[in-house]
Amino acid sequence: MELLGYFNYWVFAVVLVIGFYAVIAKGNLIKKLLGLAIFQSAVFLMYITMDKIEGGTAPIIQDGADGQLYSNPLPQVLILTAIVVGVSMTAMGLALVVRIKEAYGTIEESVILEEDHRS
Amino acid sequence: MIVVVFGVFLLTILVVTAVAIVRTENLFVAVMLMSIFSLLMAANFFILDAADVALTEAAIGAGITTVIFLGALALTARREEAVSSGRMVPLAVVTVLAMVMIWATFDKPRLGDPDAPVHQHVAPWYLEKTPELIGIPNVVTAVLGTFRGYDTLGEVFVVFAACIGVLFVLSAGGLRDRSKEADAESIGLKHHLIPKVVGRLLVPFIVLFGLYVQFHGEYGPGGGFQAGAIIATGIILYALLEGETNALRALPRRVLLGMVVGGALLYTLVGVAGMLLGGNFLDYSVLASDPVVGQQVGIILIEAGVGITVCGSLLSIFHAFAAREAS
Amino acid sequence: MELTLDILSWILMTTGGLFVLIGGIGALRLPNIYTRMHAASLTDTMASILVLTGIMLQAGFSLATIKLMAILVFLLLTGPTASYAIANAALLSGMRPDAAETSPDKAKTPTEPSA
Repeated sequence: MELLGYFNYWVFAVVLVIGFYAVIAKGNLIKKLLGLAIFQSAVFLMYITMDKIEGGTAPIIQDGADGQLYSNPLPQVLILTAIVVGVSMTAMGLALVVRIKEAYGTIEESVILEEDHRS
Repeated sequence: MIVVVFGVFLLTILVVTAVAIVRTENLFVAVMLMSIFSLLMAANFFILDAADVALTEAAIGAGITTVIFLGALALTARREEAVSSGRMVPLAVVTVLAMVMIWATFDKPRLGDPDAPVHQHVAPWYLEKTPELIGIPNVVTAVLGTFRGYDTLGEVFVVFAACIGVLFVLSAGGLRDRSKEADAESIGLKHHLIPKVVGRLLVPFIVLFGLYVQFHGEYGPGGGFQAGAIIATGIILYALLEGETNALRALPRRVLLGMVVGGALLYTLVGVAGMLLGGNFLDYSVLASDPVVGQQVGIILIEAGVGITVCGSLLSIFHAFAAREAS
Repeated sequence: MELTLDILSWILMTTGGLFVLIGGIGALRLPNIYTRMHAASLTDTMASILVLTGIMLQAGFSLATIKLMAILVFLLLTGPTASYAIANAALLSGMRPDAAETSPDKAKTPTEPSA
């Protein structure tokens, strides 16, 4: 039971490195972006894990519930905005990938690098 | 106890899904799995008492991101080429990294520990002072809107800048020929009667729910970011059913761009209005004679600005991808 | 009264959960996309009706029940529509709904029976 308290952080670490692996090992640019999105989600998970407090509830204050514990609102605010910024950045990356596809005819990193060396 | 078991179960599926996303060579499957991954993540956030974040992740991660990825896939490639060489080094690197990080987690306070340092700093102050200073129940909205208003303003401008960037990158050359599109539309449509009828029925309710989330954000989970994404989802559904041309007739690009700029401008102007009335930048308590009412007016106005910007930029991004010709 | 409601709602929810399980097994085990969808659409309709009714009995007459009803109506509208759209897309992309046992992976060689 004591060890289960760390399970969320272990999942954070594992999901983070899965995303990192996709970014460094995969040659396909869309796969890299998916990896980046996974990496980002792992960070969100870590922040939200920190906000949890035992016996607490979502930080919406109820009338007449004195002594009620509420989870920490600050990490939630940070991650709420980060999710929206994340999708904007993903869209920006995808737009660049679309233009790369139009310029090179491929989205495989190895082929793009080859073509760059030839010219 | 049961919540812990459920959380462990969900997190395990999360890891399996992440592995499947990286392993599959079919990019279409990978994007669909990414949508499932986001939904699982939203469920996890909900278990961890973060209702606002769960709503955002479900609307944006599982909804909008998938649509944008699919739009990009249609323009690029469906499959990934198999990489033959050099898999061992990255695998070794990430294994070592995972080991180090798991080792480091033992220094962290365990899940739900009330004595964790993060619960000792400013959070108790926010929870204690929000009813007194702002007078709204949802502390997340209060922190987002006033206590950390600068931060949110910055995020809105990041969304704004990303939207403008996507429009710049995708607007040069290669736009789809309008006459060809009319042909393609008439072929596909006769098979889609049922989705069209049901979709038409649902679009108003989705937009209505978005408005509820927007204006109920002070009292329950919700706010501008979520509402903007939900309303954008409804309009994207309309565009998928009726064709992009009809959606653009209803909400032209100029209007969308106006929304992107106008929302950010509204947020800034509320801040400037505070300065003109003798307070600091983004100090809403001077907006009305009663400081608490002033704070509430300020929060409603800036949440509206956030919602307008997010909705406009997500729709602009969608249309930018949809308007390009596949090469 | 309280106990009867509890028992009834647990029966409904367990049956609903069973239907989800059956739908999941069917989606994995059945041979081609149309039969798989047939299994999967079971979770959309039957299972969601049972589970949500069970939760409504727990919630009693409150705002939560109204919300659950709205969710149920939404699911009953969208689930079958999504199933229809998937089947339609499969048909348009060239998968024949014939009785020959073809797995989706082997759609290109429909004559080859799978084990």
